[in-house]
Amino acid sequence: MNALLSNRKYIIGGIFLVVCISCIVRLFYMQVIDDSLKLDASNETFRHITQYPPRGCIFDRNGHLLVSNEAAYDILVTPSQVKDFDTNSFCTDLGIAKADFISGLKKATIQNTAYHASVFMKEVTPEIYAAFQEKMYKYHGFTSQVRTVRRYPLKIAPHILGYIGEVDKNLCERDPEYKEGDYIGISGVEESYEDDLRGKKGVKIEMFDAMNKEVGDYKNGKFDTLPVTGDNLTCSIDAKLQEYGEKLMQNKAGSIVAIDPRTGEILALISSPNYDPNMMVGSVRAKNYARLLQDSIDVPLFNRALMAMYPPGSTFKTIEALIGQQEGVLDENTVYSCPGAFHIGNVTVACDLRHGPLQLEKAIAYSCNTYFCNVFMSIMSNKKYHSTEEAFASWRRYVTSFGIGVRPDIDLPSGLRGSLPTENYYDKFHGKGHWKGSTIISLAIGQGELGVTPLQLANQAAIIGNRGYYYTPHIIKGIGDKPASKKYTTKHFVPIESKYFEVVADGMCDVVNDGTAAASKIPGVVMCGKTGTAQNPNGRNNSLFIAFAPKDTPRIAISVVVERGGWGADWAAPIASLMIEKYLTDTIKRAEIEQRMLNGNTIQYLAEEKTAPKKKHNKHTTKPVRMASIKKPDQ
Amino acid sequence: MSNRRNNIIPHIDWITIGLYGVIVLIGWINIYSAVFNPVHPNIFDFSQRYGKQFVWIMTGFAMAFLVMISEASFFPAFSYPLYGMFVFADLVVRFVGRNIAGSHSWFRIGEIGIQPAELGMFAINLGLAKYLSNEKNTTNSKKIRWIAIAMIVFPMLLIIIQNETGVAVTYVAFIFVLYREGLSGNILLIGFLTIVLFILALVGNKFIISIILAVIALVAFLIFSRRKVKDITRIGGILALSLAIIFGTNYAFNHLEPHQKKRIQVFLQQNVNNSKEGYNLHQAEIAIGSGSYMGKGYLQGTQAKLNYVPAHATDFIFVTPCEEWGFVGATTIVILFFVLILRLIFLAERQRSPYSRIYGYGVASIFFIHVAINVGMNLGLVPVIGIPLPFISYGGSSFWAFTLLLFIFLRLDADRLQILR
Repeated sequence: MNALLSNRKYIIGGIFLVVCISCIVRLFYMQVIDDSLKLDASNETFRHITQYPPRGCIFDRNGHLLVSNEAAYDILVTPSQVKDFDTNSFCTDLGIAKADFISGLKKATIQNTAYHASVFMKEVTPEIYAAFQEKMYKYHGFTSQVRTVRRYPLKIAPHILGYIGEVDKNLCERDPEYKEGDYIGISGVEESYEDDLRGKKGVKIEMFDAMNKEVGDYKNGKFDTLPVTGDNLTCSIDAKLQEYGEKLMQNKAGSIVAIDPRTGEILALISSPNYDPNMMVGSVRAKNYARLLQDSIDVPLFNRALMAMYPPGSTFKTIEALIGQQEGVLDENTVYSCPGAFHIGNVTVACDLRHGPLQLEKAIAYSCNTYFCNVFMSIMSNKKYHSTEEAFASWRRYVTSFGIGVRPDIDLPSGLRGSLPTENYYDKFHGKGHWKGSTIISLAIGQGELGVTPLQLANQAAIIGNRGYYYTPHIIKGIGDKPASKKYTTKHFVPIESKYFEVVADGMCDVVNDGTAAASKIPGVVMCGKTGTAQNPNGRNNSLFIAFAPKDTPRIAISVVVERGGWGADWAAPIASLMIEKYLTDTIKRAEIEQRMLNGNTIQYLAEEKTAPKKKHNKHTTKPVRMASIKKPDQ
Repeated sequence: MSNRRNNIIPHIDWITIGLYGVIVLIGWINIYSAVFNPVHPNIFDFSQRYGKQFVWIMTGFAMAFLVMISEASFFPAFSYPLYGMFVFADLVVRFVGRNIAGSHSWFRIGEIGIQPAELGMFAINLGLAKYLSNEKNTTNSKKIRWIAIAMIVFPMLLIIIQNETGVAVTYVAFIFVLYREGLSGNILLIGFLTIVLFILALVGNKFIISIILAVIALVAFLIFSRRKVKDITRIGGILALSLAIIFGTNYAFNHLEPHQKKRIQVFLQQNVNNSKEGYNLHQAEIAIGSGSYMGKGYLQGTQAKLNYVPAHATDFIFVTPCEEWGFVGATTIVILFFVLILRLIFLAERQRSPYSRIYGYGVASIFFIHVAINVGMNLGLVPVIGIPLPFISYGGSSFWAFTLLLFIFLRLDADRLQILR
């Protein structure tokens, strides 16, 4: 009997064994097979706190601060940890309604699950944050993170600097560098130098205990990474000149681009109308952006300096003169007589005056249409070439070398290439062999299919100033301690010998001395310029001017476009001269012209044109301030 | 006297003492990690639980030593008085005991609290060993069997009244002792089936289960019975009892204490809110799961240390080795306990004296039920019942109780060749 009972030890041992094995199997399942538990553990204990680096600041060429950072605070919430607390006091501290609190929690849960921190309130001001932060320990589940928002102390150059905004969802998926809610440069330098400005995010791994109390860094920060501050940028613009240019352009639509021809650095790039870049910061951005976007008359978000295309008008005659000389069909002594118009076949190009016989220099000074139509015809019928197509292709190569019809390699996110048709275009339009120089004669005076941007015009002035070469225009001189990219320190030559430039420069000097823009002469500065009055089928002509100064060692090259300004000499030339005077002498001696320019209003013509697009011409009741004086022939 | 004391040394089972020593050591360094306080990194710092546990361990060793030098015959002789004292204390504590966290189970003498329930397994084991080892008493007799069961169930009820149901559940362990001493094996089967029915009744559809049971009864009747009235009544009786359990379960369940109800619901994964009643278990599971294969390394655990796991030094102490030593470490601990228990069964079986054997089985069963329930609840295999893991959980009285329990048996075992008791 006892022996039999003794066998029961096997049954008892067996039961114990089964239980023991069950425990081990269960352990194996939980610890080795089931991965979900591991994730849960690190999710609730560790918070990967992103350490946002301050974005790089931007300075002007003289070290004035253009863009700086200011602290703002995001309030984060982890919905699962929100425990009972005084919601009323919470809402009062943050200045929100209770409904916002509830919907905010819901939103966070949906967006990022209840177990992750998500942004509850964005960019809280330091004042509100200070009050909130004192009580934050009471509000379980709420934490904060410091963010930096941009400040623009000088309120200038919105189109250059651009703005930052929250990164696009699609980009977050493509680029691991970005997470939803991060900021990214959306336009201007902020966009094109995003990689340098943003710095490198750091991660701090903090451990939290069950009471949501921070208990320190994980392994004393062994796995943390420090944020790396973004590089500061040195912008090539001269803040004072930029500011002055923006003032001159107030109440006008158009742009100014000023370049240092010795380096290709852009000294000022103004697109008007513009806006205060501080409008694009923080929580007000969305609202302001929508408002600016809706302004279809001023289109303030549109960067005319790079994105607007205008017929170059008479400013193009300078290039014509250079090509003619290089092609051997023109020299400084070539004389054409102007009877007041140019006739060929059934084509007539009017000239504003009967200039009589002119040599090249004076033809530029007086902007004689007849003269340059003749030049253009001689280029097109050059015996060197077998056909007009061939001659045109050669002409086009020259024009292209000036950067026209080529997308500028500027360090800003966008830039039009302009319009420069190919021979194929005319073949298609007129039929192969059915067009010749006279067919496309409007190109001679910068009209027709030609289109250039203000940046290209400024670069053209720089090339003439340099007598045949240019550096690619760029807006950033230096990144951190490093100089700008090498592509901006390479000289680009146009295929025209420098000796041919002298007569053009002389002619441009005459433009200001006793030519079409004589009213814009700067005392004590030898400026070379060329007016342009580009025809505009919709209304008033656009006023254009390109210039460089001083004549022999140019330190500034400039282009000014005033939309619907009329004659080039009316608005563009005086504004350009004031800009040059300001830059070279730092004082304005011509207060009367300055006042007239500052008070002038030409944007009304554009507004009228846009609101009444069908009417051929404006019937304005209030006359704008206009130049009463010299109206030099200029077309 | 001194002769005999010297004599027992070669008869002491050093293997068991070795296993005990290893488990105690693991327990202590594990407590150090579980409640590690970086401000007090000294493991002997008495302001910390690891320092205190060191004191409990040392006093426990002293007690063990005292037991080993005492006379082996002392224990059978004082079994009944100790059992009686325990039952009496349990009766009285209901009326004079202090209410601590809803349970009237503590005597307070100055600063020291004594919980008779914790000593219960110890007293019952002594009493039961004494009673069943009486030569006149064999478990073949129905009367003896019922008295033995009553000796367990009566204090169990007293303890349930004290709201210490968890402790009472551990007394179920004595079923193995009774079984070893001749109780029909059916009792184990019935116990097992009852638990199964209980769970089925809570999770399943009662009517479907009833129909299935009725079909099983019918099949059983057709196959096994000799179609006699006796068989019909027997099978019918079992069926009726099963149905009673099934339909009674809900009634009983609804009359449980709310926290007990919740614990069972958590175990069955019914309407569990992981941030409320399911929090303990959920956090324990997360912590255990995060240990992975080899663990995070000693002192590198996060979940338990950062208080995500409640009671991580006592009832949920097993979480820490799981987290820090991983599957390998946790399995090692489980196996160590299993080997210890098997060793105890082996020792029990080699006793000449039925008293020593019964006592030994009691020790093995008590260890088994504690390890099984504690580890099981940590792993979510059984409902949460607040009982310690022997030698590993923090706490002086439980450490002492288990040490005494074990060393009395080792003392008896060392004496196995001397006398037939």
